[in-house]
Amino acid sequence: MAGGDAHPLLRLEGVSKSYGPVHANRSVDLAVMPRSIHAILGENGAGKSTLMKMIYGVETPDRGRIHWDGAPVAPASPAEARALGIGMVFQHFSLFDTLTVLENVALVVPGKPRALAARIRDLGRDYGLEVNPDARVHALSVGERQRVEILRCLMLDPKLLILDEPTAVLPPQMVARLFDTLRALRDRGVSILFISHKLDEIRALCDTATILRDGVVTGRADPRVTDTRTLATMMIGREMPSPLPAGTAKPGEVRLALSALDWTGPDPFAPPLEGIELAVRAGEIVGIAGISGNGQADLAALVSGEQVLPQARSGAVALDGAAIGHLGAEARRKRGLAFVPEERLGRGAIPEMALWQNAVLTAHDRGLVRRGMIDRDAATRFTETCIADFDVRTPGPHAEAGALSGGNLQKFVMGREIMLAPRVLLVQQPTWGVDVAAAAAIRRRLVEMRNAGCAILVISEEIEELFEICDRLHVLRAGRLSPSLATPSTSAEEIGEWMIGAAEDRHAHAV
Amino acid sequence: MQFDLIRRDRASISMALLAPLLALLATGLVSWAIFAAIGTPAGLALWTMAASPFTNWYDFSEVLLKMAPLLLIAQGLAIGFRARVFNIGAEGQLILGAIFASALPVWFPGATSPLLWPAMMVAGMAGGAFWAGIAAFWRTRLNANEILVTLMLSLIAVQVLNWLLLGPWKDPAGFNFPQTAMFQAQALLPGLLPGTRVNIALLFASVASVAAYILMQRGVAGYRLVVTGTAPRAAGYAGFSAARGVWLSLLISGAAAGLAGAAEVAGPLGQLQRSVSQGYGFAAIIVAYLGGLHPLGIVVSSLVMSALYIGGDNAAVFADLPQAAVRVVQGLLLTFYLIAATLVRYRIVRARVAPA
Amino acid sequence: MSPLEFILAGTLAAATPLLLAALGELVVERSGVLNLGVEGMMALGAAVAFIVSYHTGGHALAFVAGALAGMGAALIFAVPVLMFRANQVAAGLALGILAGGLSALFGRPYESLTVRAIPKIEIPLLSDLPILGGMLTQDGVVWASLAMAALMAWAFRSTRLGWRIRAVGENPAAAHAIGTPVLAIRAACIAFGGALAGLGGAYAATVYTPLWADGMIAGRGWIAVALVVFGTWQTGRVAMGAILFGALSIGELVVQATGIAIPSQALAALPYLATIVVLALISSNRARMRLNSVASLGEPFGR
Repeated sequence: MAGGDAHPLLRLEGVSKSYGPVHANRSVDLAVMPRSIHAILGENGAGKSTLMKMIYGVETPDRGRIHWDGAPVAPASPAEARALGIGMVFQHFSLFDTLTVLENVALVVPGKPRALAARIRDLGRDYGLEVNPDARVHALSVGERQRVEILRCLMLDPKLLILDEPTAVLPPQMVARLFDTLRALRDRGVSILFISHKLDEIRALCDTATILRDGVVTGRADPRVTDTRTLATMMIGREMPSPLPAGTAKPGEVRLALSALDWTGPDPFAPPLEGIELAVRAGEIVGIAGISGNGQADLAALVSGEQVLPQARSGAVALDGAAIGHLGAEARRKRGLAFVPEERLGRGAIPEMALWQNAVLTAHDRGLVRRGMIDRDAATRFTETCIADFDVRTPGPHAEAGALSGGNLQKFVMGREIMLAPRVLLVQQPTWGVDVAAAAAIRRRLVEMRNAGCAILVISEEIEELFEICDRLHVLRAGRLSPSLATPSTSAEEIGEWMIGAAEDRHAHAV
Repeated sequence: MQFDLIRRDRASISMALLAPLLALLATGLVSWAIFAAIGTPAGLALWTMAASPFTNWYDFSEVLLKMAPLLLIAQGLAIGFRARVFNIGAEGQLILGAIFASALPVWFPGATSPLLWPAMMVAGMAGGAFWAGIAAFWRTRLNANEILVTLMLSLIAVQVLNWLLLGPWKDPAGFNFPQTAMFQAQALLPGLLPGTRVNIALLFASVASVAAYILMQRGVAGYRLVVTGTAPRAAGYAGFSAARGVWLSLLISGAAAGLAGAAEVAGPLGQLQRSVSQGYGFAAIIVAYLGGLHPLGIVVSSLVMSALYIGGDNAAVFADLPQAAVRVVQGLLLTFYLIAATLVRYRIVRARVAPA
Repeated sequence: MSPLEFILAGTLAAATPLLLAALGELVVERSGVLNLGVEGMMALGAAVAFIVSYHTGGHALAFVAGALAGMGAALIFAVPVLMFRANQVAAGLALGILAGGLSALFGRPYESLTVRAIPKIEIPLLSDLPILGGMLTQDGVVWASLAMAALMAWAFRSTRLGWRIRAVGENPAAAHAIGTPVLAIRAACIAFGGALAGLGGAYAATVYTPLWADGMIAGRGWIAVALVVFGTWQTGRVAMGAILFGALSIGELVVQATGIAIPSQALAALPYLATIVVLALISSNRARMRLNSVASLGEPFGR
């Protein structure tokens, strides 16, 4: 437990880092005690990841000092940080798909491969992190990959383990297992820096919390005795946005229908989709839960038209009763299907182009093009309307998309698609990397769209979000879609069982 | 030296204008050192190369003559490069264009129709587009890398040319030289500037430049191409067809190169020869990049590159500079330009050293 | 000597310049960098090696000089590509033009001169075998380049260095995050690739056809780039491809010798035609290309 008089294992003093005009961290002080699980709490864009990268030697602070075990240090590379006894598990895993578990480990850990394989097995048994050293990483589930990441750190006997949003990718049942592992580590003398924006998890696991907002420390607390509301206020600077008005869905006719949809995509590491049955009606929001990599990308592409079906199987995707499976994205958009993709930069918008040029991307047939020539004035006006109506914070239509923050760009893309007045709206990860206020605004917009009669399909990894806005849920796992589950009568646990396949097995036995 | 590149919020226009000049300056310095090292009078060679094309009307008219094919090809290539379709086989498309155009006067040496040369231009464009179209088919249908295919097709085109000139098309009265007979007057392009060899090919190139400007800077078709190139996933999202972009890029650039080839045989050469291209296909790649892949910039860079050719010829005469030196200068120019062009989107800052 | 014996005996030597250059390019591409300047690096290596061989008569020295020349040219390419994140296609073409020009510049006084090739090694018993004897009688460089292929296959499969190169090529951002020096590894791969291309050129100009002429590489650098695709980035398959193309070029000579009425230009174009056809055969298997290709190939990396 956090010792009273013990001196801190890691201490940061006035650490600052900026990227050009953006201050990622300003004068951050932090003290991590031995044998503690210390939370770094903050919303997206608060500067948590940058701070951890400086501790781990990936980035160098502009100003400030780092003390390790009482002595000043300046880790200039991850190798130096590891030599000190610091390990880090990244949010987007730093694993290599085409290498085996053992090879991935050996990139960081010295020693003979055979000895490493034995240690991977031993440590795995000790901490509940079992994984086959000879398996190729692309064949592993997300949970197994995280185990590899953690094992790779543990094999260097760290005194401090940093985990960046480790639960973001895990189904609820696996979160509990991860927490057991982390507690076991703490009890054996490893301090843990646990980065998250999920208040409940921090209250369940951590014994100290440092709260960051806009790159500045806004508070310190013992999360075990501090209530969620106080933590949230420190995190976002005001009270949590009120929950959405509980509007009731009045489903109308079926707008989007997928029937007997089978598909094997080009990604050799993704599971094929099998027998997908899905209907989205006017005036309802249907959610697809599940962990990315279970066929989400292919499903989205098949609905959006980025992936077309051969003419013979065209009927597997239907819009307003008409087969559209053979139509491309542009033709489907003309028929009233709009799509907000998961990657905003490079897919939903072109980073090097100005916002008005990005408006042309999907809205070109809304009077932005005349006789083959782009009408700049019309495109600029369209963009100005979008910026104003959707509260996009930007200097104006001539700013490049790449210069916008994640939340603002998401509002722009969402706004552009909503301005197309779609009959069906497909949204993938609506609030990924978006701050709390913008996320609330985006969810509110989706509910308003539904109330106005739009059919909305949301694919998301965030279960809480799906519960907040969806009328019905499906879970996509290993290319198969669960039956429809009405949101009011299901639970996070039930969704979680579908996510890890337990419910499916039971379902199969029952049938 | 430790430095970091920091991305600018938006591209720097002043740097975009400055980058080619910086590249020219650096190329001049390094070329001087290389020329001196191989024992040529470097100062004289460099001065002749840079200045002589602009000091008298005759040399300048020759610059304009060379500018036509370079400008024409580079405008076509730049369209593809912005769509990330790397046609590096313009050399072969030029040769095919020259062959297709030459077929008419070779097969109909007695033809006197005034439509002969226009027909040759059309044939040339068809020839170039056909050769590039093979690469487009290979890329879109067979997934084969267009860089390698266009290059291999160039090497094959050279062999086709050799075969024609040593075999069926060889001028019987040509003392066994590998070339066709001289074409009749109706097969030759009208002149543009009296008293010089400059012909209306320069006009074709100018029209192509205006067309490229409208297409790429104003038109939605150019917008689609650029999106396919800079953000393929965004193009897929919008529903812009990548295959159509490949076909369009290759057909346009192939036709442009073919037209350039036709204009060479119907212009300064007056017959089909082995040396129908003097490396224009590769030089045009440099022209396209040096002009920032922008239709207006390419007009300027094609002038610079053709002056380099004429200046190189003069330097060979007056300063004993080997012909290969022009290739060295071209390679240096592109290398330095690529370095300088990075500064359009990035700022250089000195890397911060971790505070102790 | 029967045509078969002739082909067997000549194939490996004809394949060696291709093999060396393709192995070099393979390492570069495995690290995520596309260097299209192989033709130029080979030409420069050939010219420099020829000049050194002509003046000193020393083959070892000539090979060292050729390798250094190729490496030096490659490092010119590394500056815009690694330090300035430039477009790799354009930078590779620039290198090809520059190095090709330099080879012509340096080689001009030596145009059409010849040097003495290195002797082939007679292996007791094996070299006297019927049919296969010719194939087993090769010079040391041939054996060394085959050994290099085996060494590389082993390194990619079983050494930390190989894993690191693969990691950098697959996901440079993740490699950087765990502390792998991405740019240093890429620079080393580019230099190594240049050295092998230089060696390939040196072999072509001082052993295989021991004379210098501008343009003597004749597209072999480009075929080497294509071979990496043919081999779907697997060392063994790349080596097999190089040997097949070596056999093809010897086959040309055999056909010519038989006096069959095929225009010599058609034979000269044959390797290029074969490249286009094989490229289509291999590439049209999209799933396999996707599975084996290097994920970050051609993408600039900057932190």
